[in-house]
Parts: sequence; structure tokens; C-alpha cells
Amino acid sequence: MVDQVSARDTDWDGVRLHVVTGKGGTGKTTVAAALALALAAGGRKVLLVEVEGRQGIAQLFDVPPLPYEERRVAVAPDGGDVYALAVDTEEALVEYLEMFYNLKRAGKAMSKLGVVDFVTTIAPGLRDVILTGKTSEAVRRRRKDGAFVYDAVVMDAPPTGRITKFLNVNDEVSGLAKVGPIRNHADTVMKVVRSPETAVHFVTLLEEMPVQETMDGIHDLGQVGLPVGGVFVNMEHAPLLPPEDLAAAALGELDTGEIVQGVKAAGLEGDAAEIAGVLAAEGTEHARRTALQAREKERLETVEQPRYALPLLPDGMDLAGLHELARALREQGAA
Amino acid sequence: MTTAPPVLDVDALLDDPGTRIIVCCGSGGVGKTTTAAALGVRAAERGRDAVVLTVDPARRLAQSMGLSELDNNPRRIEVGGDGELHAMMLDMKRTFDEIVEAHSDPERARQILANPFYQSLSSSLSGTQEYMAMEKLGQLHRSGAWDLIIVDTPPSRNALDFLDAPERMGRFLDGRFMKILAAPAKSGGRLGVKVISAGFGMFTGVINKVLGVQLLRDVQTFVAAFDTMFGGFRERAEKTYRLLQTPGTAFLVVAAPEPDALREASYFVERLAQEGMPLAGLVVNRVHECEPSLSAARAQAAAENLEERGEHPLTSALLRMHTDRMQLAAREERLRARFTSAHPNVPVTAVPAQAEDVHDLEGLRRVGEDLSLGAAPAEPAA
Repeated sequence: MVDQVSARDTDWDGVRLHVVTGKGGTGKTTVAAALALALAAGGRKVLLVEVEGRQGIAQLFDVPPLPYEERRVAVAPDGGDVYALAVDTEEALVEYLEMFYNLKRAGKAMSKLGVVDFVTTIAPGLRDVILTGKTSEAVRRRRKDGAFVYDAVVMDAPPTGRITKFLNVNDEVSGLAKVGPIRNHADTVMKVVRSPETAVHFVTLLEEMPVQETMDGIHDLGQVGLPVGGVFVNMEHAPLLPPEDLAAAALGELDTGEIVQGVKAAGLEGDAAEIAGVLAAEGTEHARRTALQAREKERLETVEQPRYALPLLPDGMDLAGLHELARALREQGAA
Repeated sequence: MTTAPPVLDVDALLDDPGTRIIVCCGSGGVGKTTTAAALGVRAAERGRDAVVLTVDPARRLAQSMGLSELDNNPRRIEVGGDGELHAMMLDMKRTFDEIVEAHSDPERARQILANPFYQSLSSSLSGTQEYMAMEKLGQLHRSGAWDLIIVDTPPSRNALDFLDAPERMGRFLDGRFMKILAAPAKSGGRLGVKVISAGFGMFTGVINKVLGVQLLRDVQTFVAAFDTMFGGFRERAEKTYRLLQTPGTAFLVVAAPEPDALREASYFVERLAQEGMPLAGLVVNRVHECEPSLSAARAQAAAENLEERGEHPLTSALLRMHTDRMQLAAREERLRARFTSAHPNVPVTAVPAQAEDVHDLEGLRRVGEDLSLGAAPAEPAA
């Protein structure tokens, strides 16, 4: 394992755009951030892009809200850098107009007339083209010497339910624009997204709905020919009881007499029977959750993609926790 | 030490005949849809004629209510009790089509429905979904068929989109941009354009460059055909918006005991106050409660005691588990206390974490019971 890390022989060599999706509440932003840190380790430069305007990245790295500007938010082990960008749709649109049409003042006029509203909220797909367009621009961007500015770009993408539509921008705008500049732009974006340089990763919990959405999402992406990456199982609870006790606990058949003895032997004052009852009930709940996890894990076995396990951090998420998750990802070959 | 928040009395809210609309809002993945469904079941059992409008396409929810699937029409669900429960899932394209059909003559409706721009607009996810959820809510309310409507808001990237999108869409539909786009078609071409303003040539030039000629033409045709319906759209959106400000409406902000979800909940509470929309309270799902009979510190000490002596391995493992759980409960309690110190008057109820997912009506009933039990948080363990 350690050798693998030092040699950087990872599962995603050659991938430069990591798109991270997952059902709401699965910790997609956290995993995207940890992946960015892991990829940056050893002197690389990685950009972490947020497209949903929630400022989740700033919260995670404990920095002030991010402006529409690439800013360094963290230093990885051995000198790598993680930059972050919160893409603001309106500003990205104005930037797009300037870059491609040299329309600096027009941007302001269009904003006043409601054109920016139109593009960013009303016109289907255009918003997504602007967001994916900005991201793929960062992926393609080169320095003067010809080398890429970023070794990798990680996108904290929309949730699983929307990801296929979001990335398949060509399809989204096809009803709107069969030819013309938007179509050309969408085609350029699509080239990056469809290439082997891109991988779409799924974050899931070992719970029924997130696993179902992950499997549906992988299927949908495959249908439209988008590159499916890995499955990141987040916040897995470790079994805290030996197998035979787990089995008994799941059936609600823990030996309460023994637990009462134990509680007394531990010198706990108060009502030993009551405490034993609380402990046994918690044991049963834990055993049921563990069984559910095992069932969901089995369902995930049917998915061919590489799987990575991220531990549940007992003290909540902070920068130290992010580094711990990044280390786990590197040890498992995700970065 | 913060004082405990007032307890949200869910049964009183459901039983009050004055409560006509309950809107469940909050960030994604916090259990909004389950909360809405559980409220519906409980309301019907307590004698209300309730309809649950969900926008979440999760098949599982439909199954849990005993239906193979939900569609754009309210379906009756057998719950027993004095009231009735119906549930439906928003089909935004269908809803949009129906509005077009209801408000224009057949020929014009056909034109609009066939327009490529309309087709994209009516099936895209950004904005339209929120707008159509509001439309459907208005329709259900006007029909008068239910005395309680429970709405589960769309899984937006931002919980506030639900309030903003309809207004943005209304603003767009009757905004200057649409008028200008519509102008050439109405006034017969270039002549009309020149009359509007000198800067217009540059403007259409830009639009042409950016959007392309074909898209612009589709939008213009759409606008011309849709023109007579704009006023109605705006009017209905404003009506629904005002309806949400009346005392018959109750907003429930749903959250999980996690920093992000509670932060979003906080924003939402502030925003509702700004808009003058009536907030009933906060629902915190998946909560771990503090157990008063055994604190984390005592459990940990007891576990260490047993481990040192190598005795009672099952009890010591259970004590360790209990320690973790109490620490988690204390962390959640701190997060909830932070919310309450910012919003001391917002009533709160909490639903304990379940070992398993909600599968069926029985599960929804249990959630409903938990919701109604109130939320007095236990004193943090010393």
C-alpha cells in the first residue's frame, strides 16, 4: 500500500477532471475536498470547483466565502496546493461573453435587460453549459511553457439525480441550439467531459436510497456514454460488537442478565437494570444498522467500479478530518 | 447554557382547521419528503382531508404509501381514520402543458406546445420546477377539494430557490427582454425595431451572436404565441405568493442535526421572516437523544474499568458504543443550541434517528408520532 502511494500508481492515472456527485446529505462536498487534497499531495496543483453557490468549500476549509476567483485554500502534504473556485453563474457568463465575443460593456447591458436572468435561470441548459464550460476551461488551461496550469480539477457537482443532465450539455441544448455559438461551446465542453481525462465519481452512504440513486446514476451515465469513475462509500459505521453478539442483538436477544452483571461490575451507580436495558436497546439498533449496511454493501458488489471506503469521523468534520480522509483515499489508490 | 426552544406542537398544527397549507422546506437529503408524507398520514388519521404534493421522484416514497407510482393526479391512499389522504407527484411538463391548453385556443396551444424553445423550457429542471410547484399548489388550493395541502419543495441546489424562482420567471416573462424579443414579431420587423431604441441594433446583434439566430427565432415565435398568457402567469404567481403569506399557511423548515443543514435552515428562517411568511417551526430529523441515566463520561470510565480487568466484554463494548453515541448526541445538541440561540422563538420538534429506512405506512406513522412528541432536548450530560 505505502509503495503504491509513493509511486503514485493510482486508479485514475491520466484523469484530469474528477466530477464528484452524490445524493444530498452523503457528504459529496467533503469527499470532493478530500479528493482534491489527496490529488495535490506531493507537489501538485489542484483546483476544486464549486458550482452550486453554497460556499460549502469555504466552510470546510474554514476560509471566508470564496469570490469568483481561484484562491489557494489548503496546502497538501509534501507541498501540493489546493485552489478553490466558487463559480458564480452570472459572472461566468459575463466572463464568457468577454472571452469569446469581446463584449465587456454588453454584459452589463444584458444584465439590466434580464438576459443574464434568462441565461442563468430560465433558459434550460444554458446555465449548465456556462458552469461546465468554466470548469473545462480550467482543465484545458495551459501556462506559457505549454504545461497545464492545474494537474487536476475536482468538481463538486450537482446531486446524483441531476448529474447526467448536467454533464450531458449537448443533449440539453440540442433542442435550443442546433447550430450557433452556444452549440459550439457545448461541443467543446462535451469533448472534455466525454474524454478519458474525465471520471464521474459517486459518493454514497450504505443506506437504501443513496445506494439506489448511485446505481441508477451509474446506469444513466453509461447510457449516454459518460465516463463513470469510482464509488466512494462515506461514513461507514464499523461494527462495534463481535459477530455472535451482533446476531443476538439484531434479534433483540442479548443476554441482559450478563449485561446487568457487567454494569454492576463496572461500578456504575444507579439502576443497573435500567442502564442494561438502555445498552441492550442501543446494541439492537446498532446491529440492525450494521445488517442494513451489509445488505447495501452487497448490492454495491454488483457495480464493477472501484470502491473506496471513508471512515465515519467521530468528532465531526474539520481540516484535520479532511486530511485524514485524503490519506485514506491515497492509501486505497484513489489518488 | 441556552434555554430550550419552544416545542413545536405538530398535532395542534394539523388539527387546527385554519391550517390550510403546510410547506416543508430545507436542504437536500434531510428527509423533507418523508416528513411531508408522514404529516399527510397523521393529518388524515386525525380527520383532515389532506393532499401531499411531492416533487421528489423517489419511487420508494410512492411504494411506502402503497402505490406503485405517483403521477400528476392526486391518488387516494388508504390510511383508515376519519379523514382522507391523497398524494401526487409533480410532473412539471404536464402541468405547464395543461396551463397552456387551459389558457389559449386550441390552435395557439398547438403552436406553443410544438415550439422547441417551449419544449426545452417546460422540461428543464432549473426554475421551471419551482414555478410549476407553485402553480400546482395554487390549482390544488383553488379546487377547494382538500382542507389541507402539504407541499414538499423541490430539491433545489439552494433551499431558497423555491421562493425566488417563480418571481424570477415572472420577472423574465414580463420583463423588457421578452418585450423586445416580441417586438419585431409584433410590429412586423425592422421598422418596429428602430422605433424602440437606438441601442437596439447593438442589442439584437449581441443576442444573435451569443444565442444564435435559430434560438432567437424560436424564442420570438414562442413569445408571440405566448404573449396573451403572460399577464395570467404573473397574476397567478403573485396570488400564490400572497397565499403563502396568509396565516393559513405554515412553513416547516426541515433539517438534519448537521452544520450545513442547520445553517441552511437558519438562512431559510431569516428569509421567511423577511418575506412575511408564517413559520410554524423547525423539524430536526435523525436526532440522537441524550440518555439521562448514563452520561458519556461515566460510560467511558465504566468501559475502561471493565477493559482493564478483562471482564464482561459484551458490556464494555456496549458501554463504548454508548459513549460514542452520547458524544454524538452532545455534538448534535450543541448544533441545535446554536440554531436556537440565533432563533430563540422558533418552535422545534425532533425525530430520532431510525435504524432502518422508512418502508411503509407503518413507518410513516411512526415518524408522525415522533414528530408530534415534541422536542424538549435533554440537558447535555455534565
